[in-house]
Amino acid sequence: MEIFANLGLGLETAFTLTNLFYCLVGVFVGTAVGVLPGLGPIATIAMLLPATFGLPPISALIMLSGIYYGAQYGGSTTAILVNLPGESSSVVTALDGYQMARQGNAGKALATAALSSFFAGTVATVLLALFAPPLAELALKFGPAEYFSLMVLGLVASVVLASGSLLNAIGMVLLGLLLGLVGTDVNSGAQRYTFELPELADGINFVIVAMGMFGIGEIIRNLEHDEDRSLLMKKVKGLMLTKDDFKRIIAPVFRGTVLGSALGILPGGGAMLASFAAYSVEKKVSPNSKNFGKGAIEGVAAPEAANNAGAQTSFIPMLTLGIPSNPVMALMIGAMIIQGIQPGPAVMTEQPALFWGLIVSMWFGNLFLVVLNLPMIGLWVKMIMVPYHRLYPAILMFCAIGVFSLNNNEFDVYLMALFGLFGYICAKLGAEPAPMLLGYIIGPMMEEYLRRALLLSQSDPTVFVTRPISAVMLGLAVLALAIVMLPSLRKKREEAFHEED
Amino acid sequence: MTSIVRHPQNFWIGIIFIFFGLAAVYFGLEHEMGTAGRMGPSYFPSVLGGLLALVGLANLIRSFIGHGESIGKFHVKNIVIILSAVLLFGVLMRNAGLAAAVFVLVMLSSYASPKFRLPGALLLATGLSLFAIVIFVKLLGLPMPVIGPWLSMD
Repeated sequence: MEIFANLGLGLETAFTLTNLFYCLVGVFVGTAVGVLPGLGPIATIAMLLPATFGLPPISALIMLSGIYYGAQYGGSTTAILVNLPGESSSVVTALDGYQMARQGNAGKALATAALSSFFAGTVATVLLALFAPPLAELALKFGPAEYFSLMVLGLVASVVLASGSLLNAIGMVLLGLLLGLVGTDVNSGAQRYTFELPELADGINFVIVAMGMFGIGEIIRNLEHDEDRSLLMKKVKGLMLTKDDFKRIIAPVFRGTVLGSALGILPGGGAMLASFAAYSVEKKVSPNSKNFGKGAIEGVAAPEAANNAGAQTSFIPMLTLGIPSNPVMALMIGAMIIQGIQPGPAVMTEQPALFWGLIVSMWFGNLFLVVLNLPMIGLWVKMIMVPYHRLYPAILMFCAIGVFSLNNNEFDVYLMALFGLFGYICAKLGAEPAPMLLGYIIGPMMEEYLRRALLLSQSDPTVFVTRPISAVMLGLAVLALAIVMLPSLRKKREEAFHEED
Repeated sequence: MTSIVRHPQNFWIGIIFIFFGLAAVYFGLEHEMGTAGRMGPSYFPSVLGGLLALVGLANLIRSFIGHGESIGKFHVKNIVIILSAVLLFGVLMRNAGLAAAVFVLVMLSSYASPKFRLPGALLLATGLSLFAIVIFVKLLGLPMPVIGPWLSMD
């Protein structure tokens, strides 16, 4: 069995003192990010990217991915204890988790969340190992036309699944694509949109865009409602689940895992969509459905399993196709490029140790998280109480130093401030910044594949529909857009996103 | 805006999209367009810019139909404080060094919170400056001056 050989290689890579250490650092920071108010994984990964430049590629990627899935765990802790989801993917966990805590079952809710997440994480890691190779093999058959269509599909999916106005999301994607083109055109050497500024000749580093929009912009927005978090209780007790509890959560966890894994693979999907969908499904099928919202343990188990499974499987399109399914994966692609690795199907054949090492490390990370989150819960409880007015100056400091250190250049710091302002304005006008970051990463790739596809076909644009794989992907993209534009579904979509606020 | 605009959010985001779309097309003109088979540097951005302007136009038209939420209040004071703290960091970093840059960044940005108290902010600013020096300069070895030319004695 080839898979065992691969996982063996991965184990060899991940199970070194250095890599275990960076994995632990990653999930620790990730949990902190999930717990701390007003700090998301996107801004954190962007802030810490410069610090990973000196690390070996595998250690850097292990740590950064640990931050991402670790944040899902931390987010559920605040959702349960203070009814404030630290992460958007923990919104539905708060519904029943906080009720459980109010009834004195905080320990049980936390244990359910941690164990469900661990189970889902383990399953999703296996799925990742099983599905990545055939997908990468398929991707090796892709020509430029297929790649271009795949990117169109990915961007359309991210637009369809973004919250808020469809038109705004499309506009933000286009704006991101355009911004990605700033700098020197590789084919002609022409300086595009640089306004003769030498600092822009190499383009705008994506870290600047991410930190500006998700770091600075968020801070200005959060300051408008700086609130205190009052904790329900100081001591969390009773972490043990009874036999009966296990019986009740086993089916929800299983369903959540399946649903989360599937939705995580979708471009534009990921953890938030997964947890939301799992909760709705569980509410419909559970025999205990009348207790949902009143402290049902199933209502914690299913979404927690789903968001963790989704977080893991969202690595599949990034690792096999080189296409990000969400802004965090876009940052991971940026991190790989900085480390000199071109993301795509070739990574698996050319860097098998890196590929499998990263996958196996995710399982270790999930194990660390159970330990970090159950016995050490007291530490996180203390951290929840860090007031925001102490926290945001520190976040600003990390952003500023991180961006300055990219090129040792203050120009980048000024640019970050500009993106911060822009991000704030967009948010005020109801335009989400996430699709823009996706477009930004994909822009240059998309242009390159479009050029090549049309060059090879001697400027015959029908190439995109005459090649079957490409045609299927474009068809799916059109279908997805058509479906959301149907009036009845549009209303449903608005309701779904409304419930999250 | 007058009452013709029923959806101010859509109106302004439409203006922004149109502005950036047309700017992309306009500044793209200085390069060669090429043909679909041999795209010049301005081909792809011009197409994108055109599409963006169209999306903006659709938003603009939409803002006259139906109705929508008004734009939330812009907290100008917070924007000015946070952005100037960041900009000042840039200026001070090169000239006065990391210690002073972090100190000023933290002090000024803390002021944006309604919970600002001088002693607490001073403590935080001093602590974070020391933290930054230890972590970024001593441990990570980033090439940043701790004390810049403005503050050095000689």
